[in-house]
Amino acid sequence: MHTLISLTAPAVVPAVEPAVAADWPGADAAVLLVALPLLSAAVLLLLGRRSDRWGHWLGVLASAGSFVVGLLLLLGMLGLPAEQRVHDVHLGTWLDAGALSIDAGLRVDPLSLTFVLLVTFVGTLIHVYSVAYMEHDAARRRFFAYLNLFVAAMLLLVLADSYVLLFVGWEGVGLASYLLIGFWNHHTPYAVAAKKAFVANRVGDVGLLVAMGLMFATFGSLDFSTVHANVAQTSESTLTLIGIALLVAACGKSAQFPLQSWLGDAMAGPTPVSALIHAATMVTAGVYLIVRSGVIYAGAPTAQLVVAIIGAITLLFGAVVGCAKDDIKKALAASTMSQIGYMVLAAGLGPIGYAFAIFHLVTHGFFKAGMFLGAGSVMHGMDDQVDMRRFGGLGRYMKITYFTFMAGWLAILGIPPFAGFFSKDKIIEAAFVPVDGQPWRAWVFGTVALLGAGITAFYMSRLFFMTFEGQKRWSTTREGKEQHPHESPALMWVPMAVLAVGSVALGWVLQAVGFVTWLEPSVGHAEHEEPVLGVPVLIGLTLIAVALGLALAWRRYAVSTVPVVPPVGTVLTRAARVDLYQDAVNDAVLVEPGQYLTRSLVYGDKAVVDGAVTGLARVTVGIGDLVRRAQNGFARSYAAVMVVGVVVLAVVVLAVRG
Amino acid sequence: MSGFTVPEIAWGPMVPVMVVLLTAVVGVLVEAFVPAAHRRAVQLTLTLAALAGSIVAIAALWSDTERTGGTDVLGGSLVVDGPTLVLQATIALLALLSTLVVADRVTGGEDAFAPAAAAVPGSDYEELARRRGLRQTEVFPLLLFATGGMMVFPATTDLLTLFVALEVLSLPLYLLSGMARRRRLLSQEASMKYFLLGAFVSAIMLFGIGLLYGYSGSLRFADIAAATATPNGMEGLLVVGALMLLAGLFFKVGAVPFHMWTPDVYQGAPTPVTGFMAACTKVAAFGALLRVVYGMLPGMAWDLDVVLWVVAILTMVVGTVAALVQTDVKRLLAYSSIAHAGFVLTGVVALDDAGLTAVLFYLLAYGAATVGAFGLVSLVREQGPGEDGTTTLLGEATRLPQWAGLGRTHPVVAVTFTLFLLSFAGIPLTAGFVGKFAVFSAAVEGGAWQLALVGVLASAAAAFFYVRIIVLMFFTSPHDAADDAPAGPTPAVGAVASDDVADGGTQAAATGVAVATSAPERATTTVAAGEGLTVVAVAVCAVLTVLLGVAPSPVLDAIASVAVLLP
Repeated sequence: MHTLISLTAPAVVPAVEPAVAADWPGADAAVLLVALPLLSAAVLLLLGRRSDRWGHWLGVLASAGSFVVGLLLLLGMLGLPAEQRVHDVHLGTWLDAGALSIDAGLRVDPLSLTFVLLVTFVGTLIHVYSVAYMEHDAARRRFFAYLNLFVAAMLLLVLADSYVLLFVGWEGVGLASYLLIGFWNHHTPYAVAAKKAFVANRVGDVGLLVAMGLMFATFGSLDFSTVHANVAQTSESTLTLIGIALLVAACGKSAQFPLQSWLGDAMAGPTPVSALIHAATMVTAGVYLIVRSGVIYAGAPTAQLVVAIIGAITLLFGAVVGCAKDDIKKALAASTMSQIGYMVLAAGLGPIGYAFAIFHLVTHGFFKAGMFLGAGSVMHGMDDQVDMRRFGGLGRYMKITYFTFMAGWLAILGIPPFAGFFSKDKIIEAAFVPVDGQPWRAWVFGTVALLGAGITAFYMSRLFFMTFEGQKRWSTTREGKEQHPHESPALMWVPMAVLAVGSVALGWVLQAVGFVTWLEPSVGHAEHEEPVLGVPVLIGLTLIAVALGLALAWRRYAVSTVPVVPPVGTVLTRAARVDLYQDAVNDAVLVEPGQYLTRSLVYGDKAVVDGAVTGLARVTVGIGDLVRRAQNGFARSYAAVMVVGVVVLAVVVLAVRG
Repeated sequence: MSGFTVPEIAWGPMVPVMVVLLTAVVGVLVEAFVPAAHRRAVQLTLTLAALAGSIVAIAALWSDTERTGGTDVLGGSLVVDGPTLVLQATIALLALLSTLVVADRVTGGEDAFAPAAAAVPGSDYEELARRRGLRQTEVFPLLLFATGGMMVFPATTDLLTLFVALEVLSLPLYLLSGMARRRRLLSQEASMKYFLLGAFVSAIMLFGIGLLYGYSGSLRFADIAAATATPNGMEGLLVVGALMLLAGLFFKVGAVPFHMWTPDVYQGAPTPVTGFMAACTKVAAFGALLRVVYGMLPGMAWDLDVVLWVVAILTMVVGTVAALVQTDVKRLLAYSSIAHAGFVLTGVVALDDAGLTAVLFYLLAYGAATVGAFGLVSLVREQGPGEDGTTTLLGEATRLPQWAGLGRTHPVVAVTFTLFLLSFAGIPLTAGFVGKFAVFSAAVEGGAWQLALVGVLASAAAAFFYVRIIVLMFFTSPHDAADDAPAGPTPAVGAVASDDVADGGTQAAATGVAVATSAPERATTTVAAGEGLTVVAVAVCAVLTVLLGVAPSPVLDAIASVAVLLP
């Protein structure tokens, strides 16, 4: 504890990008962080069935190994003064040819190390949990290979010292997520869900690619140091464009509005995957990207405002959807979306929010992963039932799951002294801090964050009460199979217990050791500013909102009888059940025109062959029809096209010559 | 009038080309004198030895070239400099791998070529040849002649030699396209079209050469470049001549609007030949294009920019859009190759050393994935009841729905094909990504960022149809694919025939020769074992694709160290 306390030592840190410190040989060990799980994944995939017997333990060991390395790095870094805590480890030249040169390197600093510890610690616990959870799956070894692959890619993402290497990790986690969501791809809906996640992520990837293209064009380089150092000499409009492109990338990966629809479907994957990838780590990569690019947003206030708006929309959106979901995992997924909305909102508030975004990200990683594992444990005991209307009263049968879940529930509600209280309240406070010249911002964002806290309390309590309190509503023999809920094996509940301890104490501990100050070398220092309302008033208001939500949920779901068949509900409930028509909107905006286009192309083709021209929307048919019409199989037409091509090119050239 | 002066010939630097062309001549003699039973073995050995020998010779020339910058070999007709060596090595290597695919046979000693290519499809004579077990071994010398021509094509700095090289590489390809064992009519139609259009574009190009000669009074690139520097009032000749010359090169690389032969010919030609054509021809033609644009016409870069921009954008867009709606693997790869030509053109536009290196690397990466992908296509077969009622291998299963579920039945094949598709799509850690990154950043540095932006968007759109195949292989069961076929993004199966090959395809399907196409209901998809040659070639391509993606630096360095064009 003594070394940890030293974290709080006041540090003199520049507000913008810190200088990269001198050599620290210890940082080289960071390579091991990525290498261990990657090697393990390779071994498991290459050895195939031969490693079936011990493969899962190798996976656990690799992840634990990375955690130990991370811990040693942390201890090493704590021995350094604050201004020397940012290190770039040069790994070698990846591409080098003349003007084109890309170095591969890792950046070890408080921000990346925080992620490393979160990913490897929660990751290791989930590895252990999966050993039991996936016991009856014939492909358990492959599952662990993918999990290791994911850990390696995620670590690469957060450790990269350039956007290029970050992109490699970004694609890597996308791939691992795709493989794991579709792990049970013999079920068609699961494979479809995997595809949906893949496509939504590609949209985000295009954003990152465009951002990288802009940065390369502007700065001539893609590593963090060069980009961040040159931001000051760049026009605001360019920075705004880059910022928006980065935000698109973050929206795709972190399931933010309007690219959020895939997260609910991604719950088709095995529950440990949902806990690790779709709650604790990968989906927070967008927040990481925004915080890491803080220097860029500092020069682009418009982009920063858009970030905050997106975060605010998503946090309400997710919370509303969460109120109506009956599938326990989908309700948790909606909650994840909403909580990440909080983080994105905080990141959009600028330097005063960055540290709190990361703070909430860490505590959320613990309590949400814990609740997902709890949900997995419930499903384990209830024959993979996920409908909460078929649960009820489970608290009496699964004591450990009940108490660990309760810790997570209280944490997300933000009841003091649980973890969420320390992180979420800070975000609400920061949202209420006024911005010069735009007093409306404090009130809008603050109110949204406050309202979100109330709704969160309602839907999370609904989830908790429907599952663990109230009457039994399990399937009976008459309806099929009688169910006998039972507690899960130790390999499953120990990780849950560890995460529950985190949910209880992590907020207070991190607050006490000065986590926010510890992040300053990476995210910059922000002066403390007073919110428009006093801090005690805000805490009071938040607690009142939470209490209201909780009481309402208690009355409706713990005391009264919950119907097994969902009632018709109000318009809002019905809308929330179908994700506020997000899929319908997606279908109308993206899928329909695409399908229409392809269908028209095929149809247009037939029409050409039949010699019949039919009435189709002129524009869509236009392009494809032209290509089709030209490609009619006759050599004479091909020759004619070539002649016309030469003539047209000649005309163009001569016209340009004037 | 000065008399004819005998040019000084440096024999050493010509060895790589000479080995190939002389072996091709020997191959013709082998056809005449070696007994039929031994021909295949002798031809295959000779071909492989010649191509390997050529690569060794290039390696031997490397350090000299790196030091001196290159030599003028034939008094200005042939230049052996860094880019020449890189391109020749790429062509020889890809041709070597293609030869392995070409030579491979499945059970019953059946290769991809018709035993009597000149016979009328479905005729008694053809049936007789098939029963007698006749084999086509002229393929190998033809392949070598084409390779020889391709190796000269990017090395020449003289318009006449350029034209001769073009014909030397094209004529064998016309023949090879018409030799498919199955779907004979489609193949012959492809061959005919390719020949007609090729001849047509040769004429255009020759006309362009004439105009350029009229403008500058010389056929040498260097002289023409010098002439463009001083205006002489005849710029109209120069512009039109240069355009017509470029049209010929655009035709060979398959750039829009000179691309229309590509899908028909790629689909009709025997798949191993398609792979060879798609990879090697494109390398050679881009080599020549680089030399023409950088070496002959730098003086009119300002005008050429417009042409290159228009063609590059059109090529990327049309290739991608059209590929989105294809239902046949070979046609899809054909349109994808068109889109790739567009991506390479963005690198050509950059007009500097970084662009040169990028283009050379891209061609290698693209070629490796192409030979590998077409190699795999040649192995994925239909299987159904043969004449005697037992299950026999039929033709290639090129309709996309037939590829459904391949990931489950043949995971290794599917994963390898996925690797090539990812490389085409430019996903990091594959050679394709490095190539794309290199050409796009060269384009950005050359000031053509709009072009790079179109390229990035086109690549993103293109990723969808590559991913569609991956999804089809891994996440669709064959049953579903058959049900889905008539609607949605995978259009009707019948569309293959009605698609673009207006009459040829349907006729081929109707004729009894193409048993495979007429019996899709009974046929199932399987992977032919072959003799292992294709497997070796595909494995080498896969390793190259991964290596060039993970650790491209040595190759990029090597290319960059010699990437200077001699005038």
